[in-house]
Amino acid sequence: MTEPTAEMIQETKLYKSWGLSDQEFQTISNDILGRLPNYTETGLFSVMWGEHCSYKNSKNVLRKFSNKSERVLAGPGEDAGIIDIGDNQAIVFKAESHNHPSAVEPYQGAATGVGGIIRDIFSMGATPIALLNSLKFGELDDSHTRYLAEEIVSGIGGYGNCIGIPTVGGEIAFQSRYKKNPIVNVMCVGLIDHDDVKYGKATGKDNLIVYVGAKTGRDGIHGATFASDEFTDSKSTQRSAVQVGDPFMEKLLMDACIELVHEHSDWIMGIQDMGAAGLVSSTAEMASKASSGLILELDNVPQRETEMTPYEIMLSESQERMVLCIKPEYEQNITDFFTDKMLDAVVVGKVTTDGQYKIYQRGKMVCNIPISGLVDESPEYKRISVKPDRIADSKEQFRPEIKSLEDVWLKILRQPTIASKEYFYKTYDSQIKANTVVQPGSDAAVVRIRDTKKAIAMTNDGNSRMVYVDPFIGGQMAVIEAASNLVAAGAIPIGITDCLNYGNPEKPEIFWEFEKSVSGMAMAGKKLNIPVVSGNVSLYNEFNETAIYPSPMIGMTGLVEDIDNVITQGFKNSGDLIYLIGETRNEFNGSEIQQLQLNDVKGSLSKINVDQIKDRFELILDIINNKLINSCHDLSEGGLAVALSEATFENKLGFKCEVNMPKEYLFSETPARFVVSVSKDNQRKFEDIIGNNGAKIGVVTDDNRMNIKTIGAEATIELSVAMSIWKEAISCLMKKN
Amino acid sequence: MKFAVIVFPGSNCDKDLYFAIKDGIHADVEMIDYRSKSLDAFDAVLIPGGFSYGDYLRSGAIAAHAPIIETIKRMSALGKPIMGICNGFQILTEIGLLPGALIRNRQNRFICETVDLKVKNNQTIFTNEYEFDQTLSLPVAHGEGNYYCDISTLKQINDNNQIIFRYASDINGSIDNIAGIINKAGNVLGMMPHPERALEEMLGSDDGLKLFQSILKSHMNRVNL
Amino acid sequence: MGLVKVYVTYKESILDPQGEAIKSAIHGMGHTSINDVRMGKYFELNVDNNVSDIDSEINLICDDLLANPNMETYRYEILEDAE
Repeated sequence: MTEPTAEMIQETKLYKSWGLSDQEFQTISNDILGRLPNYTETGLFSVMWGEHCSYKNSKNVLRKFSNKSERVLAGPGEDAGIIDIGDNQAIVFKAESHNHPSAVEPYQGAATGVGGIIRDIFSMGATPIALLNSLKFGELDDSHTRYLAEEIVSGIGGYGNCIGIPTVGGEIAFQSRYKKNPIVNVMCVGLIDHDDVKYGKATGKDNLIVYVGAKTGRDGIHGATFASDEFTDSKSTQRSAVQVGDPFMEKLLMDACIELVHEHSDWIMGIQDMGAAGLVSSTAEMASKASSGLILELDNVPQRETEMTPYEIMLSESQERMVLCIKPEYEQNITDFFTDKMLDAVVVGKVTTDGQYKIYQRGKMVCNIPISGLVDESPEYKRISVKPDRIADSKEQFRPEIKSLEDVWLKILRQPTIASKEYFYKTYDSQIKANTVVQPGSDAAVVRIRDTKKAIAMTNDGNSRMVYVDPFIGGQMAVIEAASNLVAAGAIPIGITDCLNYGNPEKPEIFWEFEKSVSGMAMAGKKLNIPVVSGNVSLYNEFNETAIYPSPMIGMTGLVEDIDNVITQGFKNSGDLIYLIGETRNEFNGSEIQQLQLNDVKGSLSKINVDQIKDRFELILDIINNKLINSCHDLSEGGLAVALSEATFENKLGFKCEVNMPKEYLFSETPARFVVSVSKDNQRKFEDIIGNNGAKIGVVTDDNRMNIKTIGAEATIELSVAMSIWKEAISCLMKKN
Repeated sequence: MKFAVIVFPGSNCDKDLYFAIKDGIHADVEMIDYRSKSLDAFDAVLIPGGFSYGDYLRSGAIAAHAPIIETIKRMSALGKPIMGICNGFQILTEIGLLPGALIRNRQNRFICETVDLKVKNNQTIFTNEYEFDQTLSLPVAHGEGNYYCDISTLKQINDNNQIIFRYASDINGSIDNIAGIINKAGNVLGMMPHPERALEEMLGSDDGLKLFQSILKSHMNRVNL
Repeated sequence: MGLVKVYVTYKESILDPQGEAIKSAIHGMGHTSINDVRMGKYFELNVDNNVSDIDSEINLICDDLLANPNMETYRYEILEDAE
């Protein structure tokens, strides 16, 4: 096949099918090149100017986030953000979405998502210590959804288990809007010494560009533009963009890169992983960061298939590949080093000073464009923003209807979003590396740092129902909820990475959701002093024109200074006193009970006093660090009734409580509340510290019962009944045929 | 006493085992590349868990052809202690140092959880610090941990007291709930659970520690004889 | 009853990590004349003889379940009266 000429591309508007607009094509031709781009060049622009690489629709909104704190060593713009944790150590973390690939080929889509995020971490020189994920599926009564859930979870486990990084936590939610467009967000956390940090830079004239890892095939070409496109039933041709992950290859690559950074740091100037948009995105960004130029020789690129065109080689998204920039005198050392690790490393280019991106194949120049034009001069759009009709202005709250409290309580425990996710997370190796102190199932996962007293707490959270009913407050709640998870474990929140999953931003209502929810998250992050250091945007999450709920995912990390203070959510001793910290209000819009009773969520959310919540977090950390409490659990979906139930399951201890509120309030979802248990010996000291911020509501019992009295009602549930309902709900649904 | 931890491409519990020896029982330990030809300097060989060669084809099948395997077989013939955990157990069955095979879990899914198992033979160099029938709480993490052997082999290993650990309940379909077996000579142990992940209360259990202590003590007793 | 044998493999253009790893193990054993290894799945389906359009039925099963057309291809043989 011969490639169309530049003139043909212009005439037939081929660029449009690759996602470039007429205006963008004109800018490239007239302002950047001063001529028409050829086939390869058009391809490079279309992928680099796609939303996935350029953030052209989102970057003006993303500027709302604060990425500064006294701990931030590197923020957005690198492969991952870096946060200081003292003692010359830092953590490196990032989250990424792989929604579209997972919809098409769930196992491989999810697996390669994990592979990609791990590369982002070790490409900075860090050792990955933990993985988390946030998954959103349709309802499990649908067989295709069950298939997607099973395969996505097994893809995540398959990759993470094989490479040997513990998958320690995350969230899973279910809602029919995700039926054909599941959300697959994965996060990786790495550990590094300050001196070992490597950036993805191609710097210094005549330094060499080295390609390491798997060979390049035609897989995933235009995966990056594909990620910026909506799904419809008819678009099956797009579906060739599937890549297969090879966790074994990645394990070799990871170990080699980490060893290289530790032992031979002087050989290399920069490392970058080849992720979305493969060779072009990685090399062009490396050059852009150093204001360098590059020459690439495509004949040297290891190829799995024959007759690949420059376009295909540059845009291939074959997995498990890295790019290094090295000093020429170490070329032999580098190739020998990688050969010993069973990996191919070949020189594919060199750094120049002219700022041009020059690519050759079989002696012929196939691309000559300014790197700044490709990377830095991508367009930026301020999309039109219109408030959707569904957004309610009235302050009216949904009123739950509760005839039998026991009945509603058990129904709530059976809801898949509430029920135990053990069926899924038991398939992840959460203990490998022997550092996991708090395993999946508690508020936050905690991983210790060997040879120190420190530990890192982490969580993935984002209640999209709340964001859907009120993007601004829902956005605030996402940050507050994640922070509450960490605080409940005894950690100080120190950083955020996000995955922002939305529908088509060209629709004004969708853009409004995006803008408002980011504002909410940014505002809460700033007030709580938790910087956003990395992230990812996934737009066009729609199927047949119906968008998903606006679904920002907050990946948050926290620092535990003394691992002896780590606390879990479960009650520990019969006789301990139970306290509820934080006021419970008449707040049911967007709640689990509203979903249960209306099969829908709606209404507005009440304003949140973030400053007051910040003080509450400090109070909780204070009582934890003074060793005054034995358990701490933050309240989220399902409210107090669910939080109390979950606190009983860990050690099979019951409770007897009495609250001064109507029975409906047991299911209120007022944010940033905590249930804690205190031994009687500490009661005095504890009450002195909390003052009127909390109230004693009951006592932990060993009679295998949950008993609660409200104003005008009382309920008693056998622990074994509640527990089996909560534990078995999801596996029962998954085993249906 | 000096331990070798064999590192195959794709091994991923190698460092955990290394720390178990170094920090758990404070003995000498070194990581040994799968291409090494000699293990003369070592008193015991540990084959770690993980996914050697990605577990491609069959778990342990490709590792069974690595250069160091011949050396491991020689060490076994000399009566040196050899222990394979998880993928290490799979490799030991693939190379014939232990009978049987590990097949796909009956539920056809990977399982990671902490389970109870019973010590069924404490008269071995690996288990002498435990009580007979003692219940241990150890993590498992495997997709192919379902122990299988034919009836005559099962009778043999039963008769020879080669079944060392049994799960307290059926977790993966293993025949007779077998979690770990030893060879007839008593110097090669394979087990699916991970004792190296259970050395500290903080991580949920320290029941694995005595296994490593047993190996160390047996060695000291032998040396002092 | 008829027997249908179905073979599923990755498409030519899709990376086969298992095949690659097995190939290098074969090379390691000294069999360097083996140039390429592709690994696949094999199924045996026992089918009633009275099915009217067996081909379209098998194709449907393969497309929807046994293979993912996004990355895999399949072929099958029908052996009649396999009893």
